[in-house]
Amino acid sequence: MKKSVALILTFSLMLALAGCGGKGDAGSDVKSEGVMTYAEYMAAAVDDQVVVETYVQAKQSWWDNTATIYTQDKDGAYFIYNMACSEADYDKLTPGTKIKVTGYKAEWSGEVEIVDATFEIEDGNYVASALDVTSMLGSDDLIAHQNEFVSFKGMTVEDAGNGSAFMYKWDNSGTDGDDLYFNVSLNGQTYTFTVESYLCDNTTDVYAAVKNLQIGDVVDMEGFLYWYEGVNPHITSVTVK
Amino acid sequence: MTKKRKTVRYLLLCLLFASAALLAGCHGSKGLDPFGMPEEFDTSRNYTITFWAKNDTNKTQTDIYERAIAEFEQLYPNIKVNLRLYTDYGMIYNDVITNISTNTTPNVCITYPDHIATYLTGTNVVVPLDELFADERYGFGGSEVRFDTVAQSEVIPRFLEEGAFDGHYYAIPFMRSTEACYVNKTYVEALGYTLPDVLTWDFVWEVSEAALAADADGNFVVNGQNVLIPFIYKSTDNMMIQMLRQTDGDYSTDEGDILLFNDTTKAFLYTIAEHGKSRAFSTFKISSYPANFLNAGQCIFAVDSTAGATWMGTDAPLRDISDEKLVQFETEVMTAPQFDPGAPQMISQGPSVCLFNKSDPQEVLASWLFAQYLLTNDVQIAYAETEGYIPVTTRAQNAAEYTDYLARGGEDNALHYDIKIKAAKLLLDNIDNTFVTPVFNGSASLRNAAGQLVEETVKAVRRGQTVDEAFMETLYADTTALYRLDQGGSSATGKTDLGPLPKTAVVLLVSLAVVWILIILYVILQAKKQKSY
Repeated sequence: MKKSVALILTFSLMLALAGCGGKGDAGSDVKSEGVMTYAEYMAAAVDDQVVVETYVQAKQSWWDNTATIYTQDKDGAYFIYNMACSEADYDKLTPGTKIKVTGYKAEWSGEVEIVDATFEIEDGNYVASALDVTSMLGSDDLIAHQNEFVSFKGMTVEDAGNGSAFMYKWDNSGTDGDDLYFNVSLNGQTYTFTVESYLCDNTTDVYAAVKNLQIGDVVDMEGFLYWYEGVNPHITSVTVK
Repeated sequence: MTKKRKTVRYLLLCLLFASAALLAGCHGSKGLDPFGMPEEFDTSRNYTITFWAKNDTNKTQTDIYERAIAEFEQLYPNIKVNLRLYTDYGMIYNDVITNISTNTTPNVCITYPDHIATYLTGTNVVVPLDELFADERYGFGGSEVRFDTVAQSEVIPRFLEEGAFDGHYYAIPFMRSTEACYVNKTYVEALGYTLPDVLTWDFVWEVSEAALAADADGNFVVNGQNVLIPFIYKSTDNMMIQMLRQTDGDYSTDEGDILLFNDTTKAFLYTIAEHGKSRAFSTFKISSYPANFLNAGQCIFAVDSTAGATWMGTDAPLRDISDEKLVQFETEVMTAPQFDPGAPQMISQGPSVCLFNKSDPQEVLASWLFAQYLLTNDVQIAYAETEGYIPVTTRAQNAAEYTDYLARGGEDNALHYDIKIKAAKLLLDNIDNTFVTPVFNGSASLRNAAGQLVEETVKAVRRGQTVDEAFMETLYADTTALYRLDQGGSSATGKTDLGPLPKTAVVLLVSLAVVWILIILYVILQAKKQKSY
């Protein structure tokens, strides 16, 4: 009897896990009628109208009824720029919130994004784990993960160009509260990473962490794989090893 | 290295928000007393003034501001100047308006005249400068000023007048720039064309369309790449404003009547739609910085400010694209496209300086002294040399140091970068061909609306929408509503139609009238009664 119960329970658990595989953290999303898959979105031309279902991962800013947010589904990421959004709705866009977005595909200095968009909140929740893309740095494979939540491991902090480990604004012309720029290297190649002040302002841990970096520190980082004339990650956490 | 776009795109909405905030903040406010010129500057007291300035994400400009402050503080040890830097005029405007309602405006502020027009909707917020200009002791060329101050006659009159409206001077010019078209001459000639002396719209459209010829693999013949936007305009508000000005098209009256939404504008939009649809034309907001495409050999005509010249060309000292993407070509710096090459007209732009009123006139006088210091040769020449700006005084323009700088264009790719110096010379040669648009409360919104018409038209054709009369009608209506132009300028001219009275007000007035009638009837009846007795 006990064996039978145990078998039934085990079988039930396996079925449950299999079910979760379809709609949980693994596998692909099942899209609603009229909604593009990530592959279809990527295949769409710039200026085409696009409709996607995706999940909020982080919010960059809200201003005068427009929101800029980082979103991702289980197949890829969508950066949504200045989407029509009331302040009340913006408050509802917590990490994991599922939204259906209708807008136009655009490309701005290499950053593929959705603009002039509207959205509606749907049932569902998904928060992406950071994908380790360290080994893809400098390769053509990296851009396939544009806008995704990613991690970089074991990179070395270099001179930001002003004799220190970081600078305010890209040309060191800023002050506390502005974007932070810092250089990190791997295998002899140096990359410029950013703490985007709208995404992570000067009250956040990552802002403080970058300000405390020293040239030569070895760091692990997480952030969103933003693009501007090349890879320009928006970093959300830094850990000195 | 990267420039930012977020503040740029935010500008439009900041302006609307800011205007509303100011009007709300000023509602019912008595405001400060008008500024009165003190007889003497009280040097026994210490003053702390704030200076809100703008730099073009250019560290050298920051250094110049800091040096100017240090030198000024040496001359006036009792005046401490605190610098706050912005990289965007819109954010300054936004912050100023937020601070007007709390009386925490800066003392000295880099600004645009359009913005001052909005500040003036507050009571005595901005200091009229006439009295300060003319003061024999502390004004232009004043006897008590501790540095070699310029005379009013040495400030380029055309630039000085840009800060005059409503019968007063409210700003002094600080730097001036205009727009230039940075041309990939190599590609123009490869396409079989020769650049004219003055660039015309027809020429630019024709070459841009010709450049779209592609080979069997889909690559553009002229650059061998699969990306090419032959013509990119950075500031589409300037684009439309200059098109209208060059053809005597209506834009606005001096009093603030909105005339932008007319048939001439519509004709330009149809032309723009045609070239937007073919992808011969795009804009900064849609595609990105013209300089990035130009330097990558992906653009032939890049129109941007002369104050952005250090980003333009193969040898540009400032660059966002990687070395691998950089293409070698010859850059020509030309005036922005014209309709009549014999009578070129171009926008005058660049920072001006205004003073905000304070309860202490001595503090205002201290601010004025610092503002004047910004017109000294040291500051003017050093700042002008950072970009394709020109000094705003004849004294600086004629100084040996400055003429030597201009003569050395091309000696190096830093201070004497030839594209930057050519851009400055372009404006120096065309000062009399510059213009500004009328300044009134709402003129900043109208400017943005002019650009919005272009942006929306280009976006529409790129997205396969039909641009026809119905589209234009909707576009005009939507843009008018977005920028509240059906209610904007009139507030500055006192022509506001307040509409019908609210019902509660009507009831109150009727009640008052009835009560008065009853009182009068009562008095009459009492008088009759007394008579009858």
